[in-house]
Amino acid sequence: MVKSTTKDAQDLFHSLRSTYVATPTNLKIIDLYVCFAVFTALIQVAYMALVGSFPFNSFLSGVLSCIGTAVLAVCLRIQVNKENKEFKDLAPERAFADFVLCNLVLHLVIINFLG
Amino acid sequence: MIHEFDPYFNYRTTLFLTEKGFYEFWNWFDSESWYPLGRIIGGTLYPGLMVTAALIYWALRFLRFFVHIREVCVLTAPFFASNTTLVAYFFGKEIWDTGAGLVAAVLIAICPGYISRSVAGSYDNEAVAIFALLLTFYLFVKAVNTGSLAWALGSAFGYFYMVSAWGGYVFIINLVPLYVLVLLITGRYSMRLYIAYNCMYILGMLLAMQIRFVGFQHVQSGEHMGAMGVFLLMQVFYFLDWVKYQLNDTKLFQTFLRITVTSAILVGGIALGVGTASGYISPWTGRFYSLLDPTYAKDHIPIIASVSEHQPTAWSSFMFDYHILLFLFPAGLYFCFKRLSDATIFIVMYGLTSLYFAGVMVRLILVATPAVCLISAIAVSATVKNLTSLLRTKQKVSQTGSTKGAGSSKASSKVTLDQSQPFQKNGASALLVGVFYLLSRYAIHCTWVTSEAYSSPSIVLAARGAHGNRILFDDYREAYYWLRQNTPTDAKIMSWWDYGYQITAMGNRTVIVDNNTWNNTHIATVGRAMSSNEDEAYEIMRSLDVNYVLVVFGGVTGYSSDDINKFLWMVRIGGGVFPVIKEPDYLVNGEFRVDKGASPKMLNCLMYKLCYYRFGELTTEYGKPPGYDRARGGEIGNKDIKLEHLEEAYTTSNWIVRIYRVKPPTNRL
Repeated sequence: MVKSTTKDAQDLFHSLRSTYVATPTNLKIIDLYVCFAVFTALIQVAYMALVGSFPFNSFLSGVLSCIGTAVLAVCLRIQVNKENKEFKDLAPERAFADFVLCNLVLHLVIINFLG
Repeated sequence: MIHEFDPYFNYRTTLFLTEKGFYEFWNWFDSESWYPLGRIIGGTLYPGLMVTAALIYWALRFLRFFVHIREVCVLTAPFFASNTTLVAYFFGKEIWDTGAGLVAAVLIAICPGYISRSVAGSYDNEAVAIFALLLTFYLFVKAVNTGSLAWALGSAFGYFYMVSAWGGYVFIINLVPLYVLVLLITGRYSMRLYIAYNCMYILGMLLAMQIRFVGFQHVQSGEHMGAMGVFLLMQVFYFLDWVKYQLNDTKLFQTFLRITVTSAILVGGIALGVGTASGYISPWTGRFYSLLDPTYAKDHIPIIASVSEHQPTAWSSFMFDYHILLFLFPAGLYFCFKRLSDATIFIVMYGLTSLYFAGVMVRLILVATPAVCLISAIAVSATVKNLTSLLRTKQKVSQTGSTKGAGSSKASSKVTLDQSQPFQKNGASALLVGVFYLLSRYAIHCTWVTSEAYSSPSIVLAARGAHGNRILFDDYREAYYWLRQNTPTDAKIMSWWDYGYQITAMGNRTVIVDNNTWNNTHIATVGRAMSSNEDEAYEIMRSLDVNYVLVVFGGVTGYSSDDINKFLWMVRIGGGVFPVIKEPDYLVNGEFRVDKGASPKMLNCLMYKLCYYRFGELTTEYGKPPGYDRARGGEIGNKDIKLEHLEEAYTTSNWIVRIYRVKPPTNRL
């Protein structure tokens, strides 16, 4: 039973890996950025667990800026991905411009909230 | 003129904002209300309305129109109501088509449910909040329809404006996740939904936390947890969707699905459980909990139950505020279900949830009004379109008589005419006339309602004289200006909380309690003072440094919203905190009486004495004995009232407002 699940997990892993290698480079860059942002958020949460959450607004603004930019990058990836039929007549420049604008607003609010 | 009670506070804060600037306003601590506690106004109000009015005022000043801030305040509500009409047009266009948008705009322009809170002078939060609500919903639906990040950003800003304007933003932050959940469950989800919701949630939450009054509630309060839960659910859901797309092998995917779903549910459940149990996530507050459980407020929080706006709605109120929209609403629902799309699902959910809440509390009819107008507009527009197309195709067939083959095929492609019903054109035109008749009756009803019910400023009362002429009672303003001109500037006024805002704004004096009702114990103390006899009340008044007491009395004019009619609520609220005040003591066989048969405790309490002092000498109506109370319809019980610790300072010309001075303690010798 255990063996079959480990074999299943390995098969899963290999299958995912092989499909993922085929994705275009620009999407892989976005994925890397998302992983980096989530990783930074996790580090901040771990730090908060260590030292306490006293300036709570600072903690929230830090974590939410990471999560926010990760989510916006995922949205960008969705819009830029050639395989999504819904967005095929959306120019990638427009998608990127929207992404930049939303990030700008996000970081402006974060700066105000950081205290 | 500014109407009602709450707008006076909003006016005072806007005046402060325009005089002292934004920084002072944001950090304002007011010591003129809730003596001796004071109130942190900067941190306990929703600044949207005041900032909007101040911006309009500064814009007009920049253009060299030197208007007074009061004019701007009075006219803010109608200005934003017209903006709402514009947004309703665009929203209708988004949901159905331009015809529905036009009808929606017309319906909401005169709908009494909305007019009740947007007349000139009703300078209250709802004036801009309904505009912000509809704008947020429109931008969100547009974002879901187009999948563009820019529209989602717009809806986040709309949400920010709503949060800054009104506490009812909780409705948005719960309806939108519920809508997302419904779409996920019914399988209508798409990438556009992901983009729209995520961008709106994250940016909207961050922007909302900039308002001090809201603070960290978006991550700590039970009312906002639904949105966060749906956000996390969406991440899991779409991640699984992406993995499924990558894998192309269902068996492997099933195992992966099992593992992920169980772990996600476990983690989520543990987090929620720990959060709620440890008290970190605060439970639903009384104001919103009483929407889910309407009987909660009556038993536990008498202050919320006592507000007349919070009572359950009667059918007559629905008919009064909606007229024909009441039966156009189900018709519109039918049309929406015939042509389901993301947008129509949203408006159906908005309509159903808001109508449920409108049934629980009268004041929430206002929130339901845009939804009802939009859905009814769909019904009207679709019906009129069908009827007029029937009329038009009939003419086309009759014109192309020679080329019958081509003509009939063209006509049949548009509308299938039933040749066995020869009077279809007449029937259609008759129905059209019927529709227009209904709409004209609606317009007449709305204008009548507005002139009769929603135009009174409630600070100036009106009545018909014996010859049918209109008599105005301006007693409230008379009393407040007497206070302003004849009392020392540091005088403290004790009255029931209804009048607090008006006294501070017009009388410019410190009050003990006002309409903010943030401190129940303080209000209960005032209630206890009003319900006790004069000696005990004097102790309480000395402890609060009260100099003047103000009561409202309707016995001479027959005005029924006076303090004696509110007295039982004072007893209940006071008794909720001080068990020494017991409601049955003031009733006789469960009945509230003020005549000879009233209970002794009632005849000796401070409120009774202050209202009826010297009233026993006054003849109010021809043929009735002196001391006949016209509001209660009976002769009062105790006519010979003597006051020991208070003396009468002022009674207005129609005896509506009575002010008493608290005498300093007598010398010990």
